[in-house]
Amino acid sequence: MSPRVTFPNKILPYALLLPQLVIVGIFFYWPASQALYQSVLREDPFGLRSTFVGLANFRRVLNDPNYLNAVQNTAVFSVAVAFLAMAVALLLAVMADKIIKGKGFYRTMLIWPYAVAPAIAGMVWLFMFNPTMGTFAFMLRSSGYAWDPLLKGDQAMLLVIVAAAWKQISYNFLFFVAGLQAIPKTLIEAAAIDGAGETKRFWTIVFPLLAPITFFLLVINTTYAFFDTFGIIHAVTGGGPGKATETLVYKVYHDGFVNLILGDSAAQSVILMVIVIALTAIQFRYVEKKVHYG
Amino acid sequence: MADTTAPQSTAAVLGRREEGAMLGISRTSRYIAHAILILGVIVVAFPIYYTFVASTHSLQTILRPPLPLLPGDRFFDNYYQALFGGVGRIGGVSVDLLLFNTTVMALGIAVGKIIISVLSAFAIVFFRFPGRMFFFWVIFITLMLPVEVRILPTYKVMVDLGLIDTYTGLILPLMASATATLLFRQFFLTIPGELVEAARVDGAGPWRFFKDILLPLSKTNIAALFVIMFIYGWTQYLWPLLVTNRNDMNTIVIALRKMISFADADTQWHLVMVTSILAILPPIMVVLFMQRWFVKGLVETEK
Repeated sequence: MSPRVTFPNKILPYALLLPQLVIVGIFFYWPASQALYQSVLREDPFGLRSTFVGLANFRRVLNDPNYLNAVQNTAVFSVAVAFLAMAVALLLAVMADKIIKGKGFYRTMLIWPYAVAPAIAGMVWLFMFNPTMGTFAFMLRSSGYAWDPLLKGDQAMLLVIVAAAWKQISYNFLFFVAGLQAIPKTLIEAAAIDGAGETKRFWTIVFPLLAPITFFLLVINTTYAFFDTFGIIHAVTGGGPGKATETLVYKVYHDGFVNLILGDSAAQSVILMVIVIALTAIQFRYVEKKVHYG
Repeated sequence: MADTTAPQSTAAVLGRREEGAMLGISRTSRYIAHAILILGVIVVAFPIYYTFVASTHSLQTILRPPLPLLPGDRFFDNYYQALFGGVGRIGGVSVDLLLFNTTVMALGIAVGKIIISVLSAFAIVFFRFPGRMFFFWVIFITLMLPVEVRILPTYKVMVDLGLIDTYTGLILPLMASATATLLFRQFFLTIPGELVEAARVDGAGPWRFFKDILLPLSKTNIAALFVIMFIYGWTQYLWPLLVTNRNDMNTIVIALRKMISFADADTQWHLVMVTSILAILPPIMVVLFMQRWFVKGLVETEK
């Protein structure tokens, strides 16, 4: 709950909000509204005239098999990244909560990837698994496995998923550790005295109490997988091989900047906006309810 | 790593057993926990370690897998070449200029975001005015409007305002922050109303309250956000890709991407690896040196 006591000023709050609102207006809402506007227009090939075409851009985009492919890729990618990054982080955090010595050491060793740019994370993983010179690619190949992420779509997808999830483990780990520390030890002791084993205690006490943090992380991880991983895709696969790793965000960029199809790119932006707004709104509503510490 | 399994003094062992017994955690499961953590550390740290190893080997060694697990003898040669001799390979720009650009961008974004967000959260929490919740939502919704969903029009705004290839262009549009505003708001909400009341009774205006009470209380949060936002700025990819054309305005991450061509055998991998290390070292240093504040701040912001 907000403090009941506030300052009486009437103009000052607007002045305080002004910098943020100006930036948000010029660089967020104005362009976003332009994207909305352009999504119902069609430009001629020379960009001289544009005509109102209603929902034609959306219809074309949604009927484009390439777009549906990108939808599917994005779904697979986001679910896999969020799940992998959160599951590994939770496992490590629960382990770190059990031990007594060395907590600081493990934490330090686990948090550095947080500072690595997604694009660099991707390049590093590709370096290790690059078919021509990657050491692990070499090992996979010598053991008879046909590994070539530059030619095989599934393997390319696997590579970008692992690289993206790897980078996110640190972040999730820190939050899960914080969440675990916040759980009163007396609760766990009580359950232990009642004879609940470690696994049972985890699923019946610890995991439910972590729910707020898990949901918070779900929002963050989904947003991360949707947007912040553009660098990984762009730097590592360029959407390839054969559009196997082309995500929605990559396609928006590619259609807008490389193929220069304004209407389609705008329509894709709008669809993406709707998806993200819906997703974040639902999740945040839930989080707000669950995490009101007030 | 070794000290975690080293023999303990009797007292320590007893202490551990006692605490473990209290929480019903057996010694075996603690050993398993250590094993899993060590495995986790290896998996998490290995890619960076391996990049470092690669940065100390010659191009020939790198191109003939498998790469040794230990650093080679080309550390000084490679780093010297990348820092002082490899200029031509990154589009005629020296590594230190790239690092400078990236530093300016990261610092500008971090400081800018904090200032703007603290002010916004202050307004939203400690004042009552028409449109308060509306403005809160206006800021909140930007969380759902990342660059990627408004990419072309934003680029056009940048061109119209003449911000392409400028530091302002790299920094200003990324200074808005729903996340930071939300976190500060959440923190401000935990500050008891009595504090505001006391300040008002003592005749302190909002500015005085902000400066003398709110900011000192927010120190950890500011430090935590600084780390997060510095790294956010440092690791930006799409934005610098869009708003910089000139090589001398590139950030190091973008320059690195330009150095690499996976299909092409011409890539100077040893220099790429050195540049990678140089590109990830500063933000890693920030996380490590500010780790305490960082983690503490994160925990506190979550409450």
